[in-house]
Amino acid sequence: MKRTHILVCTGTGCTSCGSFQTRDALLTELQKNGLSNEIDVVETGCMGRCDLGPVALVHPEGTFYKNVLAPDVPKLVEEHFLKGRPFQKLLPTDPQTQNVIQTQADFTFFNRQLRIVRDNCGVIDPEKIEEYIARDGYLALGKVLTEMKPEQVIEEIKASGLRGRGGAGFPTGRKWELMRQAPVSPKYVVCNADEGDPGAFMNRSVLEGDPHSVLEGMAIGAYAMGANRGFIYIRAEYGLAVKRLHIAIEQAYKAELLGKNLFGTGFDFDLEVRIGAGAFVCGEETALMRSVEGRRGQPQPRPPFPAQRGLWGKPTNINNVETWATIRPLILKGAKWFSSIGTEKTKGTKVFCLAGKINNTGVAELPFGTTLREMIFEVGGGVPNGKKFKAVQTGGPSGGVIPEQFLDTPVEYETLQKLGSIMGSGGMVVVDEDSCMVDFARFFMEFCCDESCGKCPPCRVGTRQMLNILNRICAGDGELDDIQKLEDLAAMVKDTSLCGLGQTAPNPVLTTLKYFRHEYEAHIIDKQCPARVCRDLLHFEIDEPLCKGCSLCARACPVQTIGRIGTLKKFEIHEEKCIHCGACFEVCRFDAVKKTSPGMLVTA
Amino acid sequence: MNLEELKKLKEKAQRQVALRDGNKKYRVVFSMGTSGIAAGAREIMTTMLDEIDKRGLDDVEVAVTGEIGLVDAEPMIRIEEANGEKVTYARVNAADARKIVTEHLEKGKVVEGLAVGKVKE
Ligand SMILES: Cc1cc2nc3c(=O)[nH]c(=O)nc-3n(C[C@H](O)[C@H](O)[C@H](O)COP(=O)(O)O)c2cc1C
Repeated sequence: MKRTHILVCTGTGCTSCGSFQTRDALLTELQKNGLSNEIDVVETGCMGRCDLGPVALVHPEGTFYKNVLAPDVPKLVEEHFLKGRPFQKLLPTDPQTQNVIQTQADFTFFNRQLRIVRDNCGVIDPEKIEEYIARDGYLALGKVLTEMKPEQVIEEIKASGLRGRGGAGFPTGRKWELMRQAPVSPKYVVCNADEGDPGAFMNRSVLEGDPHSVLEGMAIGAYAMGANRGFIYIRAEYGLAVKRLHIAIEQAYKAELLGKNLFGTGFDFDLEVRIGAGAFVCGEETALMRSVEGRRGQPQPRPPFPAQRGLWGKPTNINNVETWATIRPLILKGAKWFSSIGTEKTKGTKVFCLAGKINNTGVAELPFGTTLREMIFEVGGGVPNGKKFKAVQTGGPSGGVIPEQFLDTPVEYETLQKLGSIMGSGGMVVVDEDSCMVDFARFFMEFCCDESCGKCPPCRVGTRQMLNILNRICAGDGELDDIQKLEDLAAMVKDTSLCGLGQTAPNPVLTTLKYFRHEYEAHIIDKQCPARVCRDLLHFEIDEPLCKGCSLCARACPVQTIGRIGTLKKFEIHEEKCIHCGACFEVCRFDAVKKTSPGMLVTA
Repeated sequence: MNLEELKKLKEKAQRQVALRDGNKKYRVVFSMGTSGIAAGAREIMTTMLDEIDKRGLDDVEVAVTGEIGLVDAEPMIRIEEANGEKVTYARVNAADARKIVTEHLEKGKVVEGLAVGKVKE
């Protein structure tokens, strides 16, 4: 037996900043100090605080360490594991109170969460099936196969109120029932792990941290719906998740938890991984199925729905990673327990990704009905550097932005929709006062325009036209009727596009027009960018009295347009050649470089 | 695999990860300052971990701390119970360590001859 487990996060976030080196350094250092037979180093999946990576958690004390880089490991081992006291240097601080946080339990980011789907993430080694089994792994599958009829499983899912986590929030039980009733065989089940939204990594965190939970959910679903074969569709960029899925599948086959005659009941289930090339549209279920078949990923009109005609023309059920991973706890603890969590319309929890201008960047699982304010200011720790909150974009690149006056909105599908946004996959991008909302809308329109598959003209041509107008406005060439044109195009693209990509792509434009119309007007009428972001609308100059003549700005200028004023020591910017890159503004240590936009007061 | 086999596997595997659950009934704290280590505290701890493992006790966690304070009483260990009771053992040797596991941690009986202090908070 070991007295201590050091859990080192080896999710993609932490490995990208060196957690494998941290692990190696820990092993070496423990060995050196003769501690190897008392202390285990365990590799886990994502703990959720990617911005503090590499992170490590020490049990049984519960001490949470941030930025554990290899060079700090000798000191850490000496302090914590030899002398038995926390290594202060690597303890996190609360962004709001500045207090040092001693244990994970004292960390608001963690203790405000309710972890059902991510219960095992960051706790077990995802490459060891025994650790999954130790935490009731595959017991739900065993229970379903030996004690429940397929119809009973579907009743249980229906009673729980579970809705699909892939974006649309369709009731999972109803979907399964339709599949069950389809008279054709074979049938297939598919896990949608495409996760194409920029800034979204909740599915990845589950696949990397607890892959077996997805396999088990799929096996249960297959049994309930009468399928014997499943596919996990995942993008190639998710290398670590793909690797861990392969390991999990292999281990499950070896343990006879996948394959033939599971639990001796005669039920067979085979599962394989299909790798996608990483197109946003391939997350759309009909495009996804074509991609699984090896064809070009383009959406098809529905009906026929996948449950009627899916993969190779056969009934197919597609669910999101998180939906599948919810099945196991739901079966183990029951529909009644599950439906006690969340809101009237939406039960259970959702994994959210907090990103953008927020102190605690990472993945957090919270019950539906948690307000935006709680999410951003309590769990997320608020906006960094004392900046003012401006808006939050929910639901990924085609989600709308929600301004401050709606921060007390409880988050669920319907409430977000009412504000012109979507739940999507659960992305939350926070925007502060330094962001320009026109530029923001332009950025996401560019993404959707790029990712449009081109099959239907409203999406292919419409998003391009909208992007052209937005580019024009940001460049200071906007015209008065551009706002009307944007609104007309948005309505057309939304109403007539074939799939959800086009149908939601105008959301960022529509919501910024709704809540931040004055910023559009400032760009168009005054040629002013109030947030001072749009380059073409900026003007830089040096405040002579403040200039110390240090020459930092002149050296930073990529077009050499900053020179001394005559024979004076001080500097000035020659407007004609200035490209408004802001390099001088960034480097000046005396606030002498002023960044303004027409009609604005000169501030810092 | 059938359900029985899975449950058996679970029981075995559970001990591997039980440490990560927290809220244990007993917490065994070793005085691991310079004098503790010199008096053999590290070896005593290894022995104790081995015995805990052999007995399959998973409601116990083991921790180290700096000097408890009585240099000539080392190796010292303190057993803290979830209910606030604390028992300190002094000059513990390998045989004592095993006895503390079988008596105190397994049966809940304080090893009277070895205990030097007992407080309830
Ligand atoms: C452009 C587009 C991208 C999508 N991307 C994803 C995705 O990455 N993952 C996902 O689960 N669903 C995605 N969806 C939704 C799927 O079409 C489908 O509704 C979902 O996988 C169903 O699973 P659920 O019932 O568990 O929510 C996307 C939809 C659209 C229109």
